[in-house]
Amino acid sequence: MLRVVGSESQVSDSTGGELEPRPDHNPDLGPHELRRTDTDPRAAKRAERQVAVMFGGSIVATILFVVAFVTVGNTDTITIPLIGEIGAQNLTLGLALGLGSFLVGAGAIQWARKLMSDEEIVDERKPFASDSETRAKVAADFAMGAEESGVMKRPLIRRTLLGAMLLLPVPAIVMLRDLGPLPETKSRDTLWRKGSRIVQSVSYKPIRPEDIPIGGLIAGAVPANLPIVEEEDGNLNERAKAAIILVRMAPNEIRSQQIKNGDFQGILAFSKICTHLGCPIALYQQRTKHLLCPCHQSTFDLADDGNVIFGPAARRLPQLAITVDADGFLVAADGFQEPVGPSFWERG
Amino acid sequence: MSTTNRVVETTATWVDDRIGAGKWMKKNLRKVFPDHWSFMLGEIALYSFIILLLTGVYLTLFFNPSMKEVVYDGSYAPLQGIKMTQAYESTLRISFDVRGGLLLRQLHHWAALLFVASVSVHMFRVFFTGAFRKPRELNWIIGVGLMTLAILEGFAGYSLPDDLLSGTGLRIAQGIVLSIPLVGSYVSSFLFGGEFPGTDFIPRLYSIHILLIPGILLGMLTAHLLLVWYQKHTQFPGVGRTNKNVVGFPLFPVYTAKAGGFFFIVSGVLTLISGLFSINPIWLYGPYVPDQVTAGSQPDWYIGWLDGAVRVIPNWETVIFGYNISWNILLPALIIPGIMFTLLALYPWIEAKATGDKREHHLLDRPRNAPTRTGLGAMAISFYGLLWISGGNDIIAQAFGWSINSITWTIRVLLFVLPPLVFVFTKRACLGLQRRDRDKLLHGRETGIIKRSPEGEYTEVHAPISQKERAQLLAVREVDYTPIEAGPAVDENGVAAPKKGRMGRALSRFYFQDRVVPATDEEIDEGQHHAADQLDTVRQQGSITTGSH
Repeated sequence: MLRVVGSESQVSDSTGGELEPRPDHNPDLGPHELRRTDTDPRAAKRAERQVAVMFGGSIVATILFVVAFVTVGNTDTITIPLIGEIGAQNLTLGLALGLGSFLVGAGAIQWARKLMSDEEIVDERKPFASDSETRAKVAADFAMGAEESGVMKRPLIRRTLLGAMLLLPVPAIVMLRDLGPLPETKSRDTLWRKGSRIVQSVSYKPIRPEDIPIGGLIAGAVPANLPIVEEEDGNLNERAKAAIILVRMAPNEIRSQQIKNGDFQGILAFSKICTHLGCPIALYQQRTKHLLCPCHQSTFDLADDGNVIFGPAARRLPQLAITVDADGFLVAADGFQEPVGPSFWERG
Repeated sequence: MSTTNRVVETTATWVDDRIGAGKWMKKNLRKVFPDHWSFMLGEIALYSFIILLLTGVYLTLFFNPSMKEVVYDGSYAPLQGIKMTQAYESTLRISFDVRGGLLLRQLHHWAALLFVASVSVHMFRVFFTGAFRKPRELNWIIGVGLMTLAILEGFAGYSLPDDLLSGTGLRIAQGIVLSIPLVGSYVSSFLFGGEFPGTDFIPRLYSIHILLIPGILLGMLTAHLLLVWYQKHTQFPGVGRTNKNVVGFPLFPVYTAKAGGFFFIVSGVLTLISGLFSINPIWLYGPYVPDQVTAGSQPDWYIGWLDGAVRVIPNWETVIFGYNISWNILLPALIIPGIMFTLLALYPWIEAKATGDKREHHLLDRPRNAPTRTGLGAMAISFYGLLWISGGNDIIAQAFGWSINSITWTIRVLLFVLPPLVFVFTKRACLGLQRRDRDKLLHGRETGIIKRSPEGEYTEVHAPISQKERAQLLAVREVDYTPIEAGPAVDENGVAAPKKGRMGRALSRFYFQDRVVPATDEEIDEGQHHAADQLDTVRQQGSITTGSH
């Protein structure tokens, strides 16, 4: 114990040193108190029957499990007060298997509590530390081994071995290289190009300006060529970047926008992917023009550049400039001017 | 009977002849384990883990960890004809077309929730009773590792079905990976085999979830249990219990029945819950599509505090020389959890530095007898709890109609204000309880008997406390530390004292400056005799019956 030399210490200082309790402060265990099942044979018999009933109940429950497995159908339902209508198969199998297991446990514990001896027994602890003789012997053996190996005398061997061992994990790291391609600049690029037609995200229907009333919103839109790209690649990568939302406000409600005249008659297009951690943003409050991310509640003001007004997101939502094509459908006037989605080191 | 005996004997001989199991059995068949309800918390964790292994193996028989897209034609009508990955499709098949599949899936999920919960509460027990002290620091470290892996494993598991909720969770995880300075984009591209979501990640996560992490968990868990076995379990102070013995019931038969039985109780209760209560109904969420999301997305409970940290942080980001450092993600998702887990892992050494105690401790502390430790623990829990509440800020806002901005700001302030208050309050409460214990040791327990003296003074009669209680109360003397103080600036030989140890002394002062001095033997004897005399007089007068306490 790191106390000042000569000062009185509250507890003794050597390893394993103890305050020895006075016998009257911590006496031996004392007489063992008997349970009713120890003294009354009828109580013991009753406990025995209780245990057997539980084990027997488990047997019944297991058989019921097999019966339910065979007889209850996948689509059968059952209505239970408070819980409501639930699948009958899951319920019956769960109850039967659960009871089957629970009753084995309850029986075993009842058996241990009522019928097995409840007399406490005592084991002594031994200190874990080896005695000084053993330690000295180990130290000597080790020194002898080291001496015999010559590892201390031959630094050339020691150092080359160390170098070899340090290098050996390198292949393990190098071999992870082919897990995926280099990131390159893919995260900066989306499918949007000048003239990309804007379509509904699920139905892929093109959108006319008059489809969106003032105050209205299209919560999910994608470029028209997305389905083809998705089909080719068999994945959702482009969708994860290209998704946008469209909102329409009265042109005089737009206080500021990132791209001059980026709107079309008050229709604004913003990336739907949160600049915080990439969740699709869906909660639009028409009155305030605020867009809230459901994951971490970053809030963006769509009437004012898509700026962050609350929450953990650090960057505004990128705006997509839009216009209409010759057929009167909404199209992108240009690609995104800044990377969409979460920040990354090289983003700048 | 005799046939059974013969079979047992023959088998035992056969085994012993070959591996000498007798010596080991002789030592361990009647090995003593102490009894206390709180020792079952670790058992619950162990049993949930076994249930996870069993149900997990079953689920692998049906789950197909592939991100190849198929059109659903299974028996769940609302999703028929919808494009989804095979991972999601096979999870639906387990839930609707494999008999008992839903039960086992729900059992796997409930067991995972219980696993992390019981690991956490078990850790609280170990912390607040000081079971991490010498010689058990190694097991504490293993435990912290187990808890970290348990959280990761849970997250990996619920991300596998590729439903809308778990896909959103993966998207967030990918965003966190992207925020790593310098290498974030590369790590993300390698993990996902290119851009998010790609088609590689679920199969990769699958081998991590069913092989890599469970393998490490199993190894560490074995080491954890072997150490408990070898070092023998700690026990609470009480009659006959000392630092040098272990008092309890034998492994065979009592603990074989109790612990074995308890396994069936835990799995029985979990199975009943899985039969009655739905968990993670992925069919309601639909397949993952990166431009769709459900409002009120919530992770499993043990991820809640991380999500809450991410929600509550202000939107700090720095751009230096055209490179981007996202503090708003790095701090809550990586740096703060890193600090929290490091402090947790190092705690045994921090406290040992303050006590300067090198002894072995096998008797557990009552939390009140270590006021600073208990205060620190309560403080940490309040910090964690606030983050956890922050993870549900949208739910709270909706349920109570409060502004989400006010909730977030309140939590930001509380994160700095509440934990210190909790520390002070808890520590004071512990010291108060210690003072009461001390009074009890000195004057005995209050009997509820009021005595009137001839002068008209009313006093309450105290009775001596039981031996059991006295043994429990006296344990405080084992852990009564005074602050480590600096020696004289110059010792008797005129050598200046080293400056070293100043930090340790400050730490020690922080821990032990406020302390309740335990009663000495003499004080106790005097007080108890007084109490006994007092009670005798009252009993002899016979006018008052002893009030029950």
